[in-house]
Amino acid sequence: MYIIVVGGGRLGYYLTKALLSEGHEVLIVEKNATFCQIINDELGSVCIRGDGCEMATLAEIGTARADMLIAVTGDDEDNLVACQVAKHKFNVPRTTARVRNPQNETIFKKLGIDVTVSSTNIILENIKEEVPTHPLTHLLTIRDKGLEIVEVKIPPDSTTIGKPIKGLSLPKGSKLALICSKERKPRVPTASTILKAEDRVIAVTTPESEEALRAALRGE
Amino acid sequence: MKVVIMGCGRVGAQLAGLLDTDGHSVTVLDTDAYSFRRLPSTFSGTALIGNGLNEEVLKKAGIEEADAFVAVTQGDNRNVMAAQIAKHIFNVSKVVCRIYDPLRQELYSMLGLEAISPTTIFAQILKEKLES
Repeated sequence: MYIIVVGGGRLGYYLTKALLSEGHEVLIVEKNATFCQIINDELGSVCIRGDGCEMATLAEIGTARADMLIAVTGDDEDNLVACQVAKHKFNVPRTTARVRNPQNETIFKKLGIDVTVSSTNIILENIKEEVPTHPLTHLLTIRDKGLEIVEVKIPPDSTTIGKPIKGLSLPKGSKLALICSKERKPRVPTASTILKAEDRVIAVTTPESEEALRAALRGE
Repeated sequence: MKVVIMGCGRVGAQLAGLLDTDGHSVTVLDTDAYSFRRLPSTFSGTALIGNGLNEEVLKKAGIEEADAFVAVTQGDNRNVMAAQIAKHIFNVSKVVCRIYDPLRQELYSMLGLEAISPTTIFAQILKEKLES
């Protein structure tokens, strides 16, 4: 695939490195001359200096034949415009924007960006996961189905310990997929599976019912 | 009518003053309070510190009741994004933004945004002056 990366900061650099190693044709557009120089010295001639929101620049690098454009600058508005120009002017089939302000995720979606990645939310989620008492962790979002895969920790004092799954009032649309225990192998839960302290339950749910799922599993 | 102006530079401040004089209800947004010095001393509207790309700030500025929204910050992309938020999220009926880059202005005009490029207009005026 021919992939254009807008923004040659740390994220753009490591993203390009990873995409190159997967065998893709990658080109970075970066405004800052020093950054360009460093990238070209380290990764070979993959960076051109320019403004990735400017049509002349995008035309010059053959954006019309790109399979994908990924905008990862530090400014949400620049990422939005780079993606919109690529999409509407050059008919790039897939555009991805990094979003720093989590609020902008829904706005970007409404404005036609195919995929948004909220770096702030990802970092927040990862840090929260490191807090031992954190009850629910988002593992994955299945966007087109409106589903998410989450992990719920069962605390040692939970009232659901020793109870079978069928005795819990799980919210509609939520399904338990896997239970990871400390000493045993991960197992697929059935109606008669008994919850134990420190179990980690992997479940499929919707954003609306994740609170209810957490409460049902932990007996809150 | 009620107008929200994002960006209190020379153009934003002047526009705010003109609309205010005409009796319109004007709210001007800028991230830097120092910019408000440009507003005329007679200005009776509201000057609000905040980023117009933030939905909460826009709500505080009264965008939900606004009849018009104008984006005239120094950043083309900022203006484009704010104008799209006003138009597509808050459904403001009249939205105008400034885009210096003529190519980008053309694209967004094609996409249905009312965008003005001072670069194109001023170059045209200069040309006419020189040729007359």
